[in-house]
Amino acid sequence: MTADAGTLHPRLQEIAEDFTAMPDSQRLQLLLEFSEELPPLPARYADHHDLLEQVPECQSPLFLAVEVDADDVVHLFFDAPREAPTTRGFAGILHAGLDGLGADEVLDTPGEFPSRLGLQDLVSPLRLRGLAAMLARIKRQVREHRS
Amino acid sequence: MAVPYDSASKFQEYARPEMLVSTDWLAEHLDDPALVVAESDEDVLLYETGHIPGAVKLDWHTELNDPVTRDYVHGVDFARLMEEKGISRDTTLVLYGDRNNWWAAYALWVCSLFGHPDVRLLDGGRAKWIAEGRPLSTEVPPRSRGSYPVVERDDSTIRAFRDQVVAHLGLPMIDVRSPGEYSGELLHMPDYPQEGAVRGGHIPDARNVPWARAAAEDATFRTRKELEAIYQDEAGLRPDDDVVVYCRIGERSSHTWFVLHHLLGYPHVRNYDGSWTEWGNSVRVPIRRGEAP
Repeated sequence: MTADAGTLHPRLQEIAEDFTAMPDSQRLQLLLEFSEELPPLPARYADHHDLLEQVPECQSPLFLAVEVDADDVVHLFFDAPREAPTTRGFAGILHAGLDGLGADEVLDTPGEFPSRLGLQDLVSPLRLRGLAAMLARIKRQVREHRS
Repeated sequence: MAVPYDSASKFQEYARPEMLVSTDWLAEHLDDPALVVAESDEDVLLYETGHIPGAVKLDWHTELNDPVTRDYVHGVDFARLMEEKGISRDTTLVLYGDRNNWWAAYALWVCSLFGHPDVRLLDGGRAKWIAEGRPLSTEVPPRSRGSYPVVERDDSTIRAFRDQVVAHLGLPMIDVRSPGEYSGELLHMPDYPQEGAVRGGHIPDARNVPWARAAAEDATFRTRKELEAIYQDEAGLRPDDDVVVYCRIGERSSHTWFVLHHLLGYPHVRNYDGSWTEWGNSVRVPIRRGEAP
């Protein structure tokens, strides 16, 4: 993984600050809000689940798709079950932070972004690794779309 | 006096029927002041999305583990935790959770290390309660503080440590992980190490019985007859065996520990909570790869 000590895009920075400014008990509540705000899959993916990439590092089923449009803008799509709000919450964070950014901005996102949310003591390391894996797979797909 | 036991006929065939309650029974006893219901989930946010009315949350990750040492909390912290949840030493504690009571069984096992006298599992857990259309609430219940003495953990009877497992090699052992973890394949996913262990495989001679086989489609425990077919006829265990069970960190194997010890009545069952994240990272312990024990 590269760009480990990089600076965060202002949108991600704002999310990280929202989390770390809160006491522990409210951080989970904020994560729950992100899980509720994750938009549903558009029909072109909901009807073609095979177009999505599974992220097996997540403890619950999580699928994602990445598009890079003609203006080099990244669009993200996630599918995670309602019974898995933590995984959904992680997807919601990445959607809120990265969807609509330029491809370079997504690629510049430091791989250790998950550790800046102040969630280490609240969710297990394995789960945070799931978030890191989602980010890594998004960046890999962005690179593939461009090449 | 404590809350009466659930006399449901299904439970009577198990070795210790008093360890389980049904959703019907729980719905009737929810208002009993001697009862506390606690939800313990694999997904740490699930309780917040809605829980059994009046239930408190018991978080396996932040509340039952010591924050520094890889160990469970000690007596002082456990007593404080119970009191904060409104649980006293004489409280009837009913645990339930997601995924076939996976983490609820883990919480029950930890409570058993402290010898909590009356702790039971909700048969079918969260899934059955919801499938039956029973009410959920997002309200965190105000509970008056419990009164809990400081009791030190007893790690000698139902818990096994690495050196004890080394000494147990060749004796009955059940690896409750998925077949892929058991054979060692799952560590070979390029670039994305999954299990946090540097070696894959299983402890030699351990039989592979994935933990969730003990649960039926509706997340309730299988009948005694079905459980005997799995663990005795298939895996070759005998009721007087000294058995060690393990998984990755000891959570899934708590479920199997509950089945063997409380439902089938095996007197000597220990859960090796170091499990594969310890064994698979240990220097010079024997490991076997592949599907054969």
